[in-house]
Amino acid sequence: MSLMSFFNRRSSAPVARERLQILLAHERGVLGGQSDLVAKLREEILAVVRRHVMVEHDNVQVKMNRDADISTLEIEVEIPAPVAVGAR
Amino acid sequence: MAKVLVVTSGKGGVGKTTSSAALGAALAHGGDKVVVIDFDVGLRNLDLVMGAERRVVFDLINVVQGDAKLSQALIRDKRLENLSLLPASQTRDKDALTEEGVAKVLSELREKFDWIICDSPAGIERGATMAMRHADVAVVVTNPEVSSVRDSDRIIGLLDSKTEKAEKGDRIEKHLLLTRYDPNRAERGEMLKVEDVLEILSIPLIGIIPESEEVLKASNMGSPVTLNNPASAPGRAYFDAARRLKGESVEMTIPSERKGLLGKLFGRRAA
Repeated sequence: MSLMSFFNRRSSAPVARERLQILLAHERGVLGGQSDLVAKLREEILAVVRRHVMVEHDNVQVKMNRDADISTLEIEVEIPAPVAVGAR
Repeated sequence: MAKVLVVTSGKGGVGKTTSSAALGAALAHGGDKVVVIDFDVGLRNLDLVMGAERRVVFDLINVVQGDAKLSQALIRDKRLENLSLLPASQTRDKDALTEEGVAKVLSELREKFDWIICDSPAGIERGATMAMRHADVAVVVTNPEVSSVRDSDRIIGLLDSKTEKAEKGDRIEKHLLLTRYDPNRAERGEMLKVEDVLEILSIPLIGIIPESEEVLKASNMGSPVTLNNPASAPGRAYFDAARRLKGESVEMTIPSERKGLLGKLFGRRAA
């Protein structure tokens, strides 16, 4: 078991990096002047998608990456397979 | 022209006081007139780190409230004559700092010094906002660790909204100082890399201070690491950062300890 976990060991730094990116995108919205842009986008995107396909709240991920030159908005909507087929 | 520089971080224990003392001494070593002010009212420590704890008579609060003259409260460093310290009060509380009082002290200091380094307390309350309030330049001290990066992000937000410069519509100059960095651990994926922290915080880098035993040794001795052991890895890293603060372009490296032959042979253990 310990040998297995040795080989399966995933670096922790990329986990830290991703957790921070998600958390800070949220906090910058809440605490900064943007009045929670990411959370609002998430709600509205969810509402639009739900008009056509039933998706769970947790299946919509909105990520905002701030950079000096360019900022990107990443939207990921996970649609359950059977519903997606039935929708059209 | 005098520059007011705040050394801040949000999180405690990341190296604000160490960095204030080390950068102050490095700038003074280069010939500039430097004063380092402790804004941590009630929990002063800069005096101890700089080895002046037995020479404190008056403090920042005494000057702000008019109980002492600035010249009575300033402590001149014994090693560098153009380096001074303005200690915080150990007995009063931070509410004794008024915005007008601090502004008056700073404008008086601007007449006498090239650099006024404000060592901020941890947190985001009065002491920290007072320390950053009148700054021209900010050094955000960050460890490659999640809670420190998060708090630095928060502090950057405050620098952009709560400082005098920001309120006037100017941008405050902000620099990231990454401290306690271990390039080997970062390479193994056990620690956030320089690029990771830079990407997340998106402010320019002023220096990378490697994790080192020399920092504790220097504070044990009551001497800024740049004076206690200027040739050590953190000593050189702080000297480079100080030169960048002055506008020089210095290649960004992560200094490592110079090892003798034995050190190289037993490198892993000595590291």
